Amino acid sequence: MYLVEFLMLSAVLFCFGVYGVLARKNGVLVLMSIELMLNAVNINLVAFGAFHGGAIGQSFALFVIAVAAAEVGVGIAIILLIFRNRASVDLDEVDLMRG
Amino acid sequence: MIAQQIAFGILAATMVLASWRLVTTKNVVHAGLLLAVVLAGVAGIFVLLAAEYVAVVQVLVYIGAVVVILLFGTMLTRARIGEDVGLDNDQRWLAAIVSLFLLGVIGTILWQGFRHAGGDGKIHPGALVRASDVSDTLFGPYGIPFEVASVLLLAALVGAVAIARRD
Repeated sequence: MYLVEFLMLSAVLFCFGVYGVLARKNGVLVLMSIELMLNAVNINLVAFGAFHGGAIGQSFALFVIAVAAAEVGVGIAIILLIFRNRASVDLDEVDLMRG
Repeated sequence: MIAQQIAFGILAATMVLASWRLVTTKNVVHAGLLLAVVLAGVAGIFVLLAAEYVAVVQVLVYIGAVVVILLFGTMLTRARIGEDVGLDNDQRWLAAIVSLFLLGVIGTILWQGFRHAGGDGKIHPGALVRASDVSDTLFGPYGIPFEVASVLLLAALVGAVAIARRD
């Protein structure tokens, strides 16, 4: 297995995630795209960890998983609050700070 | 080595297809299920890289918890069951250009920088990293970051309850 295969796979997943964050306006789908990007990063960490040997890459992947779990909890709470206030999760309508 | 190569090809093709459908599908529930497919593929990649502990955590935390939370969010925000038209905004082509440009930049840099990394660019399964090695790292040199992560999880839990509760 070549290291660069894993890096390419993770780059493709990351760019799909970027596309999803930019092009979606449903809040839940934006959160899903963010999860996609975080997973691409995890593939990179574990692949480099296996390449260099040692457990540090896997430990960092575990930290990323913990932070992602915290992020999705708060994110879904914010989206539920937006839905309760506006009866929609359309992120284009959340433009309170537009000049 | 050949078997690992074939497994990697199957996993990678599945994940790329599923994530492509994930960001283009018109059905929110399908998007959640496709996310589960991608996350399972990532767990398979971890197994290929001999990181079985991270793979198990991936299945438990992501497929077990995160996908369920996202599907709950889908349900609670009363997404349409079936096709929905208003899921994409009108910057779709701009977003496609930006992400393709990003893929080109990242891909070129990684390809040029790591094609021959360490001589032949291959991952040599050296000394097996066991779960005990991971825990020695987590509770040894990374003990303080580990505690900070648990405080972060607690803060996020309390914060989520505080944000979402009805007064």
